[in-house]
Amino acid sequence: MSILIYAESAEGKFKKVAFELASYAKKVAEMMGTTVTAVTVNAGDVSALSKYGVDKVLKVTNDKLASFNAKAYADVVKQAAQKEGTKVVILSSTTDSLYLAPLVAVGLNAGYASNVVALPESTSPFTVKRNAFSNKAFNITEVTTDVKVLGIAKNSYGVFESASSLTEEDFTPSLNDADFSVKIESVEKVTGKVTIADAEIVVSAGRGMKGPENWGMIEELASVLGAATACSKPVSDLGWRPHSEHVGQTGKPVAANLYIAIGISGAIQHIAGINSSKVKVVINPDAEAPFFKVADYGVVGDAFQVVPQLIEKLKAFKAAQH
Amino acid sequence: MRAYYFIENISLNSSLENNQLYNLIKMKILVCISHVPDTTSKINFINGDSEFDTNGVQFVINPNDEFGLTRAIWFKEQQGANVTVVNVGGTDAEATLRKALAIGADEAIRVNANPTDGFFVAKQLAEVVKNGGYDLVIAGKESLDYNGGMVPGMLAALTGADFVNSCIGLDINGTTAKAVREIDGGKETIAANLPLVIGGQKGLVEEKDLRIPNMRGIMTARTKALTILEPVGADNTTKAVKFEKPAAKSAVKLVNADNLDELINLLHNEAKVI
Repeated sequence: MSILIYAESAEGKFKKVAFELASYAKKVAEMMGTTVTAVTVNAGDVSALSKYGVDKVLKVTNDKLASFNAKAYADVVKQAAQKEGTKVVILSSTTDSLYLAPLVAVGLNAGYASNVVALPESTSPFTVKRNAFSNKAFNITEVTTDVKVLGIAKNSYGVFESASSLTEEDFTPSLNDADFSVKIESVEKVTGKVTIADAEIVVSAGRGMKGPENWGMIEELASVLGAATACSKPVSDLGWRPHSEHVGQTGKPVAANLYIAIGISGAIQHIAGINSSKVKVVINPDAEAPFFKVADYGVVGDAFQVVPQLIEKLKAFKAAQH
Repeated sequence: MRAYYFIENISLNSSLENNQLYNLIKMKILVCISHVPDTTSKINFINGDSEFDTNGVQFVINPNDEFGLTRAIWFKEQQGANVTVVNVGGTDAEATLRKALAIGADEAIRVNANPTDGFFVAKQLAEVVKNGGYDLVIAGKESLDYNGGMVPGMLAALTGADFVNSCIGLDINGTTAKAVREIDGGKETIAANLPLVIGGQKGLVEEKDLRIPNMRGIMTARTKALTILEPVGADNTTKAVKFEKPAAKSAVKLVNADNLDELINLLHNEAKVI
């Protein structure tokens, strides 16, 4: 009956979302009078999960699962759910979990609600609030099947500590060749840079920067804040910045704690993509720019004057903090 | 799905006999199209917030689907392929299917049903795939209306095909595919086999490669086949109970450009984000 989470790890360390999922699952388990089980794949030491309310870990250790493979991982999660008699499987919104969630749902004959932004409004009937219309609205969805799969939207719940005594159990799911029919040939990962997916702060700039040669100050601001850099669609279309930095409705979604938009006017598609961010700061010379309407804080000013000053002041602020 | 063999040495200019053979063996692609509000639409709801208000809303091909459709047309032009587009929806979606025909798809299918739930839609598409013997199925990784992000994965699970999600690059050679998948902080290259289901997005082609229908395309589209199928029975697994709009935002706090210490102070002490 227990709630099942797939606790993601990379190189033997849990990702932050694993703790967020555990925190969320703990609350759902309380609502439903049950416990939390986590399934892990090649995670190494799993004791950290006990801080966030996980009661039991099913540890899978298997060299064939060294790189993420959606079909095989979905099979792992499905078999773990069956073993535990789970009614609610909770997954994150990383690209890996978004990939495997629909496979898990079909495997368990479960309804799947993605982009969930809050705890269930009710567990009988089982209803959740989710983002829809590209963050322009919320949709209250009832999952009507016996087993349910939830995908929790990025950075929507938070991490809460809740100590538990953790039981560890080795788990060997039965995998077959069909699980490995697609093969990962190579992986290219940016190293030493904060990625938009993981960033708590994102510094984003638009056409107001006038040209790619002026991005030095954007990168410096990001570096001072430990932030990822991003850009508007016109900037990536113009080739000033790589496509992987394009955030917005057709680019990457951003759900950061702080989003700083510099020289971006705020087209409706851009806003839709970044609107799940908690705090938005806009720096723009045009006081009429639509972005100011959705921002929390704004500076009407020229980026070429404001940003270098902000960098200096932030450096002083950071130095004073230590 | 049928087996698919690509014979490299048959040229398009060879004899009629060979052309017929070519047509028999060329890749069959199905592109799944959602009919969604244009990205600039104002989103409102009616009937006690239970239904999307379509009044005054322009509908378009879901952008993630359009990148996939454009890649499919590229395969048709460069390697020879037959491209079918499919939508699960009402008669209003036909205009969107006609647009897909106008930019190069060969034929269209509409499954005549209200797309109430991702699993229901995937079930309908699985039936179309089973009966049509498609080698490659491309669907957007998510639609911009319900943002379910589940149809391509469920379709792959239901048909047993290989599946690559968040796909930003795709090449087909014979019965094998090389796909590039976007991952958090990078990308990976995947080898897969046909039949294959792709969850597509920008990167399959770039924005500049997208096509605007021309007059000739629009005229030709009128004569292309648009088949209407009745849905197969499938249970819904979820139900949209109601919709809500985000709470109105309080006005922006403006900080003077000469007083950036105040901005830092607000971010640190009020918003607590730095």
